[in-house]
Amino acid sequence: MMAEFGAFALMLGLAFAIAQLGLSVAARLRRSTVLAAAGEGAALASFASVAISFAILMHAFVVSDFSVANVAANSHTEKPLLYRVAGTWGSHEGSMLLWDLALTGYGAAMAIFGRGLPKGLKAVAVATQGALGTVFLAYTVFASNPLARLLQPPVEGRSLNPLLQDPALAVHPPFLYSGYVGMSVVFSLSVAALVEGKVDAAWARWVRPWALFAWSLLTVGIMLGSFWAYYELGWGGWWFWDPVENASFMPWLVATALLHSAIVTEKRGALSGWTVFLGLAAFSFSMLGAFLVRSGVLTSVHAFAVDPTRGVLLLFILGATTGAAFVLFAWRAPKLSQGGVFAPVSRESALVLNNILLAAATATVLLGTLFPLIREALTGEAISVGPPYFNLTFTPLMAALILILPIGPLLAWKRGDALGVAQRLWAAAGLAIVAGLLAYAVVSPRKALGALGLALGAWLIAGALAELVERTRAFRVPAAESWRRLTGLPRGAWGMTLAHIGLGVFVLGACFETGWRAEAAETLPLGGSLNVGAYHLALQGVRAVEGPNYDAERADILATRGGKLICRARPERRLYLANGQTTSEVAICDQGPSHLYIVLGERRTAAGQPVWLVRAYWNPWAVLIFLGPVTMALGGLLSLSDRRLRIGVPRRREAAA
Amino acid sequence: MRRAAVVAALAGVLCLAAAADPAERLADPVQEAHARAIFQDVRCLVCQNESIDDSEAPLAGDLRHVIREQVRAGRSDPQIKQYLTDRYGQFVLMRPSFDAGNLALWAGPFLVVALGVLLLIARLRNRQPDPDLSQAEADRVERLSRDGTP
Repeated sequence: MMAEFGAFALMLGLAFAIAQLGLSVAARLRRSTVLAAAGEGAALASFASVAISFAILMHAFVVSDFSVANVAANSHTEKPLLYRVAGTWGSHEGSMLLWDLALTGYGAAMAIFGRGLPKGLKAVAVATQGALGTVFLAYTVFASNPLARLLQPPVEGRSLNPLLQDPALAVHPPFLYSGYVGMSVVFSLSVAALVEGKVDAAWARWVRPWALFAWSLLTVGIMLGSFWAYYELGWGGWWFWDPVENASFMPWLVATALLHSAIVTEKRGALSGWTVFLGLAAFSFSMLGAFLVRSGVLTSVHAFAVDPTRGVLLLFILGATTGAAFVLFAWRAPKLSQGGVFAPVSRESALVLNNILLAAATATVLLGTLFPLIREALTGEAISVGPPYFNLTFTPLMAALILILPIGPLLAWKRGDALGVAQRLWAAAGLAIVAGLLAYAVVSPRKALGALGLALGAWLIAGALAELVERTRAFRVPAAESWRRLTGLPRGAWGMTLAHIGLGVFVLGACFETGWRAEAAETLPLGGSLNVGAYHLALQGVRAVEGPNYDAERADILATRGGKLICRARPERRLYLANGQTTSEVAICDQGPSHLYIVLGERRTAAGQPVWLVRAYWNPWAVLIFLGPVTMALGGLLSLSDRRLRIGVPRRREAAA
Repeated sequence: MRRAAVVAALAGVLCLAAAADPAERLADPVQEAHARAIFQDVRCLVCQNESIDDSEAPLAGDLRHVIREQVRAGRSDPQIKQYLTDRYGQFVLMRPSFDAGNLALWAGPFLVVALGVLLLIARLRNRQPDPDLSQAEADRVERLSRDGTP
C-alpha cells in the first residue's frame, strides 16, 4: 500500500503545482492578496506532497521492498544502510523525484521567505515556479514513475553499481540538485521581473541570496563529484572534461557570471537586461544538463537516446520552458532601463569583462560538449573533443579572467583610478612573479606552463589580500584603527575575499598537481618495492578480506622517505559479488597538502609466483584542488549572511509622490 | 548527474592509466615518454570518453602496441596521427583538427569575447548624458537649494 500512497502523493503534488500556477496567475490579474496567499499555500502543499512521496521511496529502499521496480533494479539487501538511503536518488526515476523535491522545496521557500517582495512580482514568480513544478511533476508522474510496482517481485535486488557505493557520492546528488534547481528561483524572479517590466537595485538584491545559495551548493556538489572521481576511479585524475561534468559546470559558470553582474545591477542599476538574461540562462543550463545526462545523448555517442521517449520528452520540456522564457525576454527586455553610465576604467567595466570571459568560457564548454553531436548530425563525420581542446580554449580564457580579477574590486564605481590600483597591487604582482620564477627555476625548468599557473594562483591570493589591506587602510593608519575597520567589514566583503582566495587556492593546487605529479608502476612480488618521487614503497603482504557485500585483496605497503617511515598504506582490490564487478580502493597518504596515492592492481603470475601490479602517484598539493572550491562555497555562504541581504532594501519612494 | 556517465564510461575499468603497465613499456625512456604523450591524444574507440593512456580495453592495448612500435621505428607525431586517422577517422583524435568544418568550434569562444568587447565599447561610447530632470524633480532641486526642505 505504501508505494501506491507515495504515487498518489506525487499526483497530489502535481495537482497542487497546477493550483499554484492557476491561483497565482489569477492573483496577479486581479491583484488579489487572498488568491496570492492561496497560491503560496498550494506551493507549500505541493512541496509537502512530494516530500511524502520521496520519504516513501526512501523507506522502500531502506526496507528493501523489491516489489517496487526501482528498488529491485538499484538496491540489494546486503548493501550498507547509507547506500540503501542514497539508492533513493541513484536511478533515473529517483533522481527526477529528488529534482522535483528540490523544485517544490524552493517554491515553498520562496512563498515563506519572499515576504519583502512586491506583491505583483511575487505572484508572478510563484506562478512561474508552479509552472516549472507542473511540467517536471507531470513528467515524473506520467513518464518516470519512481514507485511503479513489479508483478513478480524478485527475492534479491540487482544492487547499485559498486563504484557508486561511496560516502562522497552518496551526498553528491543532493548538493548538486539543490544547486541546479536553486537556479529555478532566479529563473522565476527573472520571468517575474520581465512581466512586471522593472529590474532595479531591489530586484537584484532579492535575486542575490538565492543565486548565492544555489551557487555555493553547486560548487560543493561539483567538488564532491570531482573528489570521488579522484579517489575512486583509481588513477588520480580529478577532471576529465567528460560531457557529464561539463553539464554540471555550465550552470556553475553562468551562475558565477550572474553573481557578478547582479552586483552591477544592485549598486549601479546598470546591466539589468544582461542580469535577467543570465538569470534565465542559469536554470536553462541546469535543465540542459538534466536533459543531456538523462537522454543518453552523451553516454553513448552513437545512439541518440537510451530511452528515446524520455529523451524527447525532456528535450520538449527544455525547449518549451527555455523558449518561452527567452521569447518573453526578447519582447520585454528592450523596455528595461539602461542604468548609469561608466568610464572605460571602472569597476563596472571590470565586471563586464568578467562576464564576457565567463560567457566565452561557457560557450567553450557548450561547444565542446555539443559540437560533436551537431557535426555528426550535419555531415555524418564523427569527431572527438577531448581535454586538448579545452586546454587550448578554456584555459587561456580563465587565465585572462584571473589576470583582471584582483583589479576589479580595487577600482571605484563609475570612474576608476588605474594608477592608484597599480600602486596598490604592485606588491601582489611582484609576489606572483617571484613565485612563478621560483617554481620555474627550482622545481623544474621544463614546466613553464605550470609555473605560469602558480604565478596566477599567487596573484589571486595576494590580490585578494591587497584588497583587504586597502579596505582596512593597514600600514597607513594605526593598527588599532585597521583592526576596527577589519572587524567592521561587512560579511559580503569577507565572502568575496574568501571566494577569490578559494579560487587562488584551487588554481595553485590544480597547476602544481598537473605540472609536477610523478607516476610509477611495477609488478611486485611479495617483498618487492618501487620508487615514486622521493618515496620508496615496499609490498610487505597481501591478504584476503571479506566485506559486507564484497571480497577483497588488501595489500600492506610500507612507504618510506630516506629511510623514515611515512605511512602504512592498505589499498584494496574488491570484487562485488552481486554483479561480479571489481573496483579498487586506493590508499592515500596525506603529506601536508600533498598526496601519496597508491593503487593495488591485478594479480599476475611471474616465474611461478604471484605478483601484483602496484601503481603509485605523487600528487603534490592535491588537497588544494578540493580545498579551493570548499573555500569558495564558504565565501558564498558567508556573503549570504550579510546584513544587507537579511534586512533587505528600503523601498525607494518616488520623488514626486 | 555526472556519475551515471562517468560510471558507464569506466564500468569495470579499474586498471586505469593502463599505459603505465610495465609489461607494455618501451625500453628507451625517451621514446616511452614520447609514446605516452601521444596516447593522451588518442581516443579509446570502444570506451566512453577516455584516451588510450587511461583505458584498459583490449583495443586500447592494441593501439598502444601499434603506436609504441611506430615510435620505436622513429616515425614522427604527424605520421603516426595520419596513420591513425586513415584507419579510424578524425574520431580517434582527442583534439579536433583545425579545419573548416570545425571553424565554429575553435573560433566560437573567441567570437563571444570579440562580440562582448564590441558591445562594451559601444556602451562606453554611447554615453548618454543623464536624462533631463522631470518637472517634479527640478522643483525639488529648486526647493532643496533654496531652503533645504526635501
